Amino acid sequence: MKKTPLYERHLALGATMTEFGGWAMPVQYSGVIDEHRNTRTLAGLFDVCHMGEIEIKGPQALDLLQRVMSRNLAKQQIGEMKLSAITNEKGGIIDDVTVYMRGKEHYMVVTNAATREGDLDWILKAKKDKGFEKAYVADHSEVTGKIDIQGPVAEKILSEIVEGDLGALRFYHAMDTRVAGMPALVSRSGYTGEDGFEVYTEAARIGEIWDLLLHVGDPHGLKPAGLGSRDTLRLEAGMMLFGHEMCQTVTPYEVIYGWITDLDKEFIGRDALKRQKEDGIRKKLVGFELTERGIARHGYPVYAGGEKIGEVTSGTFSPTLGKAIGLAFVPVQYKEPGTVLEVEIRSQRAKAKVVPLPFYKRKK
Amino acid sequence: MAKPSPNDRKYTKEHEWARADGGNTITMGVTDHAQELLTDVVYVELPAVGRKVKQMQPIAVVESVKSVSDIFAPVSGEVIEVNKSLEAAPEMINKDAFGEGWIAKIKMDTPSELDGLMTAEGYEEHIKTNPH
Repeated sequence: MKKTPLYERHLALGATMTEFGGWAMPVQYSGVIDEHRNTRTLAGLFDVCHMGEIEIKGPQALDLLQRVMSRNLAKQQIGEMKLSAITNEKGGIIDDVTVYMRGKEHYMVVTNAATREGDLDWILKAKKDKGFEKAYVADHSEVTGKIDIQGPVAEKILSEIVEGDLGALRFYHAMDTRVAGMPALVSRSGYTGEDGFEVYTEAARIGEIWDLLLHVGDPHGLKPAGLGSRDTLRLEAGMMLFGHEMCQTVTPYEVIYGWITDLDKEFIGRDALKRQKEDGIRKKLVGFELTERGIARHGYPVYAGGEKIGEVTSGTFSPTLGKAIGLAFVPVQYKEPGTVLEVEIRSQRAKAKVVPLPFYKRKK
Repeated sequence: MAKPSPNDRKYTKEHEWARADGGNTITMGVTDHAQELLTDVVYVELPAVGRKVKQMQPIAVVESVKSVSDIFAPVSGEVIEVNKSLEAAPEMINKDAFGEGWIAKIKMDTPSELDGLMTAEGYEEHIKTNPH
């Protein structure tokens, strides 16, 4: 198992560790619910060094990105960050990534941990097939450290050690700056449904930023948070997880990524997606909540009218809402909010109803 | 740190406790060490009263935010009472695993099974060598 540069710190903080995407990662420190609530009300600090960072530069960098990304990046400005899918020829999702435009002809693609190598191969293959020799692709994952600070007081805490006006940084925008004196990229974004930031710096120096943030954040209530609460926070916010909601046989339209799929430009998978859009999708990802006792989990079957119609992709007990929530694939005729479904939990069926996403939205 | 395991009961390797109540019945639950491993309990599925169970077969299910765990019957017998209050307050298992967080009462088929379980001392030794 691979270790992030913060591994020893997690052990020192008493974290329970687990394997995720080939990495030894903290699941929890003080407890999933405590970390979840603390991030919603104050702030949480997450080690996300396991994620991948692929730099793409050069005069053909944009051409290559346009070829592999479902999102049209033609109008992306320096300092903007965009969510996008990478799709195969059939329109299936290879990964969901964020693309940062860091400078003229300079982009950074942030990938999921387990998909990083596949993404890199895919991008390099597209480069070769199209002859984009002037798109220079480099995997910076090993030398890049990443931590997320999330929650209503994240800005106040990070401001103490960041150069520049963090308050002026808009959502899904990034700035190249210095954090604790070290060159770093900071974006206002995250995976919790709260205000917050993603911070990238040299892997060898990320520990110093982690320590300093916990130190200056302590009086504000900042606590380290593990993958356990990261998962419950993202699910409440209606955000998807690759490997649960998405895989190579699921298309952006079948999940909730139609809005990042631009059929008006050429990219791998476009023709298949265009056909799917014209013909209409058959299954759709929906949010549901259980109206009877129980907790739905990944892989549990979904029933309607006594017939198995789908499967739960993610499910948990929502600490904020105090009820069992989840995401599931169902045939499109069952996708409307209010539709009654059943989830099979240990051979018993519990009633559920389709609800609009997200489950939780922060008050501005 | 987990609370010490009381001497008035017996223990399984799977972290259940069983306390003789007299008249061949026992009260069972999970240990404080187990509740630490389980983390925040958010859901408990109790057995039906009257259900027959075999020793070390699943009797209940305890779920945390992240995990689903089977709880095993420390002895064979019939479930004669369950702790219904866990349905509304599953966190009682975290707060008081050896007391208010009890799970079920069982009328034993084979009272000698209880004698075969570990003592508090044996259990404490067991969790020292097998922390999970």
